[in-house]
Amino acid sequence: MIEIKNITKTYKSGDNETQALKGVSFTVKDGEFVAIMGPSGSGKSTLMHIIGALDIPSSGQYLLDGKDVSTLSEDELGEIRKKHIGFVFQAFNLLPRTTVLRNVELPLMYAEVPKEQREQRAKEALLAAGMSEDRFLHYSNQISGGQMQRVAIARALVNNPSLILADEPTGNLDTKTGEIVLGTFQKLNDAGRTVVLITHERDVAEHAQKIIMLRDGVIVKEETTHKRRIANPELVNDIK
Amino acid sequence: MLTQDLFYETYWALSANKVRSFLTILGIVIGIGSVIAMIAVGQGAQNSIQSSIQSAGANLLTITPGAAKGVGVTISAGRGSSQTLTQDDATAISQQVPLLKAVSPEFTRRSQVTAKGTNTNTGVLGVTSAYMSVHNIQIDQGNFITDQQNTNASRVAVLGPTARDDLFGAGANAMGSTIVINSQEFKVVGITLTKGGTGFNNPDDSIYIPLTTMQHFLAGDTTGYLSDIAVSVTDQSSMDEAQNEITNILLARHKISDPTQADFSIINQADIVASASTVTNTFTILLASVAGISLLVGGIGIMNMMLTTVTERTREIGLRKAIGAHKTDITKQFLAEAIMLTILGGIIGVLLGWLLALGVSRFAGIATQISVSSIALAFGVSAGIGIIFGYYPARRAAGLSPIEALRYE
Repeated sequence: MIEIKNITKTYKSGDNETQALKGVSFTVKDGEFVAIMGPSGSGKSTLMHIIGALDIPSSGQYLLDGKDVSTLSEDELGEIRKKHIGFVFQAFNLLPRTTVLRNVELPLMYAEVPKEQREQRAKEALLAAGMSEDRFLHYSNQISGGQMQRVAIARALVNNPSLILADEPTGNLDTKTGEIVLGTFQKLNDAGRTVVLITHERDVAEHAQKIIMLRDGVIVKEETTHKRRIANPELVNDIK
Repeated sequence: MLTQDLFYETYWALSANKVRSFLTILGIVIGIGSVIAMIAVGQGAQNSIQSSIQSAGANLLTITPGAAKGVGVTISAGRGSSQTLTQDDATAISQQVPLLKAVSPEFTRRSQVTAKGTNTNTGVLGVTSAYMSVHNIQIDQGNFITDQQNTNASRVAVLGPTARDDLFGAGANAMGSTIVINSQEFKVVGITLTKGGTGFNNPDDSIYIPLTTMQHFLAGDTTGYLSDIAVSVTDQSSMDEAQNEITNILLARHKISDPTQADFSIINQADIVASASTVTNTFTILLASVAGISLLVGGIGIMNMMLTTVTERTREIGLRKAIGAHKTDITKQFLAEAIMLTILGGIIGVLLGWLLALGVSRFAGIATQISVSSIALAFGVSAGIGIIFGYYPARRAAGLSPIEALRYE
């Protein structure tokens, strides 16, 4: 459960002060699929950094599963990221010259999970993200963009986080592959995962249950998706 | 982060750019290799100088006539030709100083020596039987000069192997032959064992005759005087004490109250070894510091490569931090890479240095000695260089903000 209470964030560069967030409040319940939407400059990246425990707000409170994250130190934030948050980035950010399996094992390595358990959990996460087993030992540069993003999703899943945070996950993908990735998120959400999706595209946002519209650092609209788009399950299951 | 993961990640990172890693290692290899080789050359030189000094005899004190100006400093004119040391001085020393193992009164002259038409100019030494133990002389054939021969002033001679070769031909049997020194005939009664050693008083190129014979037939008007007295001290730790006692006895015998006016000087072998060591140490330090500079340059190469790597892998570092790597994990990873480079360089460098040292002793004929301590030092230094030059880049990597790092293109 994510509780954001009246959060602001101000960046200082020299004498200039830029207020990226001007008092934002909302809640994401466990098992929800929420899209945060807004044009560039709306403050959604800043909000993503705060939700992802990559940064702390200037004021306000952020409770993640009841724990106040808004005043933690850098190392404590690292601990929160390790245990509670799984990231999916626009650019996939897989390690090159490294197998699919080992890429997914990476968060477990930093969590010091023993080798045998690691492999088992990574395989489960990959299957859950829709990767077929014959690709597990391929190198990350030998697979397609859609598969790369699914490996990244598996990596986000593997630590069993409270929240999967996806930042423009379809930005580098064509429409069809993007649809598969969004379908993967929907499938994970159906299985009980909390997903927060950051995007500037309406079409993408409409895959979520709830859309939070951000503009100039404030929430302008918070709505339940009227006509929710559901990715073609045949596409999603067509995992090759 | 588990140790085995650290190793894997280090291998992964270094194998990303094998040529670059290799070239960086090369800097360390050359640095460590030359340090090892140069120290080996220096220590080899030191050992050979020390052993050649010590081959003159163990715990040796040499008393020579003429005023002393201190160890290692030129002694006033007439050293060796002054007539201040006598046989009685030698007797008094051997009777009054209990710390001595043997006392060898000696009279040395360079003379023309002939045998069967061949002739050579060599050192002729009038000695007693004590000479053998004081100077570590070993006999190859026959016997050394005996006390009996000294009492009788016999005309017998013991040849060094080089002198024998010069007079009779290499390896010839000279026993029982006759040689002529200063128109006096001497019968060859012994040949000493090759000792090696070079320089002025090459023991292999000497002819030994009884001291009394020397004084009767060859010394001319210097009869009764000695060109030096060599004594060997029982124990190395009592060298200084023995030197003091001998000084006091001789000062008293020569009725000199002011030690600075002494008409003799004592050369302490330990002092010669010490000053030779100082020279070779300086030499070793010089060589090693030149090599050390190349090691430093190698270290800077490591730092340069690591900084480049950190910049190139900014996104990767951001990702690692986003998925839960702590600052310490990142620091460890980059530090491990730098240390791995230097340790690899260290291992190859030790091998290279060893080969270089072998090559130097084989082709340049300079004795070399590789010590375990210089290898240990090389390893310590290379690991240290890894830590020192890897630390700054590693801290820089760890200090990157994950947001900035992920945004970096």
